Amino acid sequence: MTQKDITQKDMTQKEEIRILAVESSCDETAAAVVVNGRDVRSNVISSQIDIHTLYGGVVPEIASRKHIERINQVVQQALDDAKMTLDEIDAVAVTYGPGLVGALLVGVAEAKAIAWAKNLPFLGIHHIEGHISANYIEHLELEPPFGCLVVSGGHTHLVRVRDYGEYEILGKTADDAAGEAFDKVARAIGLGYPGGPKIDQAAKKGDPLAIAFPHGKVRGSEYDFSFSGLKSAVLNYLNEKKMKGEAVCTEDVAASFQKSVVDVLVEHSKNAIREYGFSKFAIAGGVASNSALRAAMEEMCLKQGAQFYRPSPVLCTDNAAMIGAAAYYEFRKGVRSDWSLNAVPNLRLGER
Amino acid sequence: MKILAIDSSGMPASCAVCEDGTLLAEYTVNFKRTHSQTLVPMLDEIRTMLEMDLEGVDAVAVAGGPGSFTGLRIGSAAAKGIGLALNKPLVHVPTLEGMAYNFYGSSSLVVPMIDARNRQVFAGIYSFSGEMRVLDNCKAEPVESDPLCVLSDQEALRVTDLCERLDALARETGKEVILLGDGAVVYRELIEENLTASHWYAPAHLAQQKAGSVAVRAADLARQGKLESAAAHRPDYLRVSQAERVRAQKEGR
Repeated sequence: MTQKDITQKDMTQKEEIRILAVESSCDETAAAVVVNGRDVRSNVISSQIDIHTLYGGVVPEIASRKHIERINQVVQQALDDAKMTLDEIDAVAVTYGPGLVGALLVGVAEAKAIAWAKNLPFLGIHHIEGHISANYIEHLELEPPFGCLVVSGGHTHLVRVRDYGEYEILGKTADDAAGEAFDKVARAIGLGYPGGPKIDQAAKKGDPLAIAFPHGKVRGSEYDFSFSGLKSAVLNYLNEKKMKGEAVCTEDVAASFQKSVVDVLVEHSKNAIREYGFSKFAIAGGVASNSALRAAMEEMCLKQGAQFYRPSPVLCTDNAAMIGAAAYYEFRKGVRSDWSLNAVPNLRLGER
Repeated sequence: MKILAIDSSGMPASCAVCEDGTLLAEYTVNFKRTHSQTLVPMLDEIRTMLEMDLEGVDAVAVAGGPGSFTGLRIGSAAAKGIGLALNKPLVHVPTLEGMAYNFYGSSSLVVPMIDARNRQVFAGIYSFSGEMRVLDNCKAEPVESDPLCVLSDQEALRVTDLCERLDALARETGKEVILLGDGAVVYRELIEENLTASHWYAPAHLAQQKAGSVAVRAADLARQGKLESAAAHRPDYLRVSQAERVRAQKEGR
């Protein structure tokens, strides 16, 4: 990405900036119109979950194929819902990473072509920055600096948000993402896909103290996460029960596994609040919808004297409104992407 | 009719603008950079060179498959985005018909082929001679006023099967065979072992995908009313995804 001042002088002064945002990094085809980063005029999400459920997880080639079949309808719906035409849009933004490369490419090519054809400024946005920025939409008063825990099917990051668009990664997962562990454990105990909501539901009927699963730690890096050991422990437990011919209480496994994940996430967040003195702390990403995580984080923040923020579930899942929110602050800084912008599947946070 | 055409189905990225009988611009790059990086910068260069107002474009043509799945989607998404932004229709040009137009007017058997791996190719057999007799196993679409005669529609098939079919057609019609596309390069040895009919390989400037050919084919298809909305357009991969194939096999058991 390069920074240019291309005729944007009037644009940076303009009072109302309307951004059309597109997101296709995984299995949701999404588009939104966001005004001044926080005012969501439309937020259209076309989920492919039914198709991927048949395969027990997201199949990249199928995801890419579905994106291209739906993308124009989704973008048009976002404009229609916002009661706007492209002539009233000031910039086009798109997620360019991280994510599934084939899926990202559909959104990048589509958004780029729209921006090019309408002579609009074009911005490539980081998916995780989008998730963090979902909190700006939900909480109009929230401004940096703050701490943020991003947890989803593909990501587990503990982040220090220094300013708009300025991020420092304090910790990340050394292996599986938290949401990935949910999916794998859900499959193992026969709950199916997607694992997050299913485990959340089952856990409500189970005893979180029934089984003592390990709390993953990464030696030498206090804020990093590890969930593969926990996942293996659950699988071993299930195997052992099976060998002995003993019945497994699915609800107890779900609740105990979930507690183990939540404990680690909350513990790391608490330590970060203490060390960095965050007076505000937010969660983001698909797993931020998890009811146990929300409750535990809220309680911990209250005890630590930090204000707690979380987006509503529709903004936790992959969506384009959050991309429009992140894009707005980049736009105001004068950031623009070239027509040669490519999808970057393993794009790191803060990397441009 | 002014057509903006895109072909990113294979290794080359190619864009063109064609208005009525005139090719205003054609830009083809066959280099290692991905289509995602090259396509729109190339379109932008053409727009600048032609001082072009995109509102004057009547339709966006795209090589709609077969080809690299990712390459097809980059081209399709670009065409769909432009179509949406300008509210213009798309013309879905079968990739191999576009390539056959590299030899427009030839009465030989024109055979574009794209490497489909494992000794298979995506191939079609075409000719531009109207009175062509058609064999039973091949499908012909003698559309009124369509200069292209489809003797064997584009499909995935074994190189050896393609050679067999070509030999039969060549015997029947007494025509020679022109081979083009990356499949003809990759499987040249296999072709030489199996194809007995008189044949030759396309020279460099006619051997690969060209958006100019896509644009001219699109104009013919548009005249036949074969336009579609940008929203409805999707690539024609000619192959289901591996996951779907595996699942179908499992269910068939």
